[in-house]
Amino acid sequence: MAILELRDLTKRFGETIAVDRFTLSVEKGEFVSLLGPSGCGKTTTLQMVAGFETPTSGSIALNGRDLSKVPARARGLGIVFQTYALFPHMTVEENVGFGLEMRKVPADERKRRIAETLDLVHLSHLSARYPRQMSGGQRQRVALARALVIEPELLLLDEPLSNLDAKLREEMQLELRRIQQEAGVTTLLVTHDQSEAMALSDRIAVMQGGRLIQEATPFEAYDRPTNGFVSSFLGKSNAIDAHLEAGGPGAAQLRCGDIRLDGPVSSQGPGAVLVSLRPERIEFCGEGEGIVSGTVVERVFLGDQWLFKVKTGLGELLVVRRNSGRREPDLGEAVHLSWQAEHLRILEAGSAA
Amino acid sequence: MTGDRARPWLLSAPALLLFAVMLVTPLVMTAILSFNSFDFYGGIQPTFGFSNYADVLGDSYFYEIFGRTFLIALVTTVICALIGTPQAYFLLRMHPFWRSLMILVVLGPLLISVVVRTLGWAILLGNNGVINEALRNIGLIERPLKMMYTSGGIVLALVHVMVPFMILAVWAALQRQDPATEKAAESLGAKPFTVFRRIVLPQAMPGILSGSLIVFSLSASAFATPAILGGRRVKVVSTTVYDEFLNTLNWPLGAAIAVILLVSVLAIMVAWNRLVEKRFAAVFQ
Ligand SMILES: Nc1ncnc2c1ncn2[C@@H]1O[C@H](COP(=O)(O)OP(=O)(O)O)[C@@H](O)[C@H]1O
Ligand SMILES: [Mg+2]
Repeated sequence: MAILELRDLTKRFGETIAVDRFTLSVEKGEFVSLLGPSGCGKTTTLQMVAGFETPTSGSIALNGRDLSKVPARARGLGIVFQTYALFPHMTVEENVGFGLEMRKVPADERKRRIAETLDLVHLSHLSARYPRQMSGGQRQRVALARALVIEPELLLLDEPLSNLDAKLREEMQLELRRIQQEAGVTTLLVTHDQSEAMALSDRIAVMQGGRLIQEATPFEAYDRPTNGFVSSFLGKSNAIDAHLEAGGPGAAQLRCGDIRLDGPVSSQGPGAVLVSLRPERIEFCGEGEGIVSGTVVERVFLGDQWLFKVKTGLGELLVVRRNSGRREPDLGEAVHLSWQAEHLRILEAGSAA
Repeated sequence: MTGDRARPWLLSAPALLLFAVMLVTPLVMTAILSFNSFDFYGGIQPTFGFSNYADVLGDSYFYEIFGRTFLIALVTTVICALIGTPQAYFLLRMHPFWRSLMILVVLGPLLISVVVRTLGWAILLGNNGVINEALRNIGLIERPLKMMYTSGGIVLALVHVMVPFMILAVWAALQRQDPATEKAAESLGAKPFTVFRRIVLPQAMPGILSGSLIVFSLSASAFATPAILGGRRVKVVSTTVYDEFLNTLNWPLGAAIAVILLVSVLAIMVAWNRLVEKRFAAVFQ
């Protein structure tokens, strides 16, 4: 059974609709991410679940119980804020113990649970420190421990890693996943960072303009986006405007200007479409084997991979090659590109970001 | 380059000059004056000695005045903290429109002369004043409550004058706190009053402490309010100094009392500051 069920959740601020008929359910033990660009309503959604904003309409149910009349302090959720919101005048131990104190947990049990949770986030040695005396990553762990120690039914995380530098962020991603799995806590994460959402979640809910656009596993969302926005927001992607020719069932025939392309099997009717192609699915090949040819107009070396921009009859295509020590085409060099028809995704026209 | 070195000094010279003329000179002259002696027939004698200090420190009359002054300042400070802290918190939580209006209301009194405001209090507090008349008319009292010429009356008016300083100091501290800490506490199960007592108040503490410093030192050296509401009957240090200068004409004694007030207020401020820094060094910077 779903632990959390959001149904047609809507929030207006005057004229702006921050969240628009948002429906989502989260299963027990699952790690779900709300992913979307800044301003798409992620924080507002989370705040409504937490009880700090009142929905304009729609419902939120936790374990089948309607939350609309339950104040934030009685929802029993663990929340990690973007700023961490640690209590600056309390030590790590006092910060983590605050929720237990509010629940009137006896002192000896409180002590034991604080110690256990600090152990889980690897902070036992710093329990007497004040937040000001800690690094960003350590504060993050304190915030996590403070939210987990009350054994919440649901953990809410609002952009928890966005205040960390890139290297620490990657470390904390792994850490966060480990902690979440060890604690076995159902988690709802909000982020605008697609790599974070993909690395951490069991399921991603992509949001745009307050609406849910696609809900899928990270692999599915990346590999089978249902929408041009999703395909360009999750990783890099080439978007090609094309026309789907009339044809029976079976492989689609696409026309882009005077170039004809074989498409994947598609049930879509004929008309204008958007074709999406991941840059890492494109290969360089010999003359005659290619689907299109063009010239390299940009070439960037990224260490583990090469990034090319190739000017072709389909427009400028982005090509990513793993750096395997081979010689790669030079700037201005004529190249031939090929890919497999099933790697093309046929999406609704005009749905790109 | 000497030119570059001299430039900051040259640029601040006008301010330094003004500072020297307006503040340092009178202070130094007061200090020198306090070591001279006074003769009823010959006036001020250019001698040097500690006789004035000995007179003040050896006379229980002056102890009483100093004691009353510091007690009035302390009670005023405590009341200002009790009123100002919640008020600053309410201001913080208000809708921006009402907030700017209320800040104007809070700061408004500062735009009116202390003398005018205190005379207003005199009208309210007198034996035939507004408050006593009202209480008599509704039959709560038969004989007027004595409020003019009491320490209580002085405290009341001082609180009115000083509370904006406390509010501003606490307000500044509250604005530095992360509003999400309140939400965090709430999500952990804290009721509104617990949030205020355990989360907001401790974070406002540096502001309350610095506000107390301002209110205490201003109250201890306040002149207009105790002069009007206390008169000759409830003397504080500043009115005593005034009397020595203008009635007895014993300037050296007045100067000695002024110096003692200055030094003791300074000592209290420094000690207070030390205490605060020690207590909060790890928590707040
Ligand atoms: N308190 C508020 N008052 C008015 N508009 C708001 C308020 N909070 C959020 N919004 C608006 O709602 C939209 C969604 O905001 P938010 O949920 O913070 O987005 P995200 O977290 O995805 O960046 C934005 O357009 C924002 O301007
Ligand atoms: Mg946000």
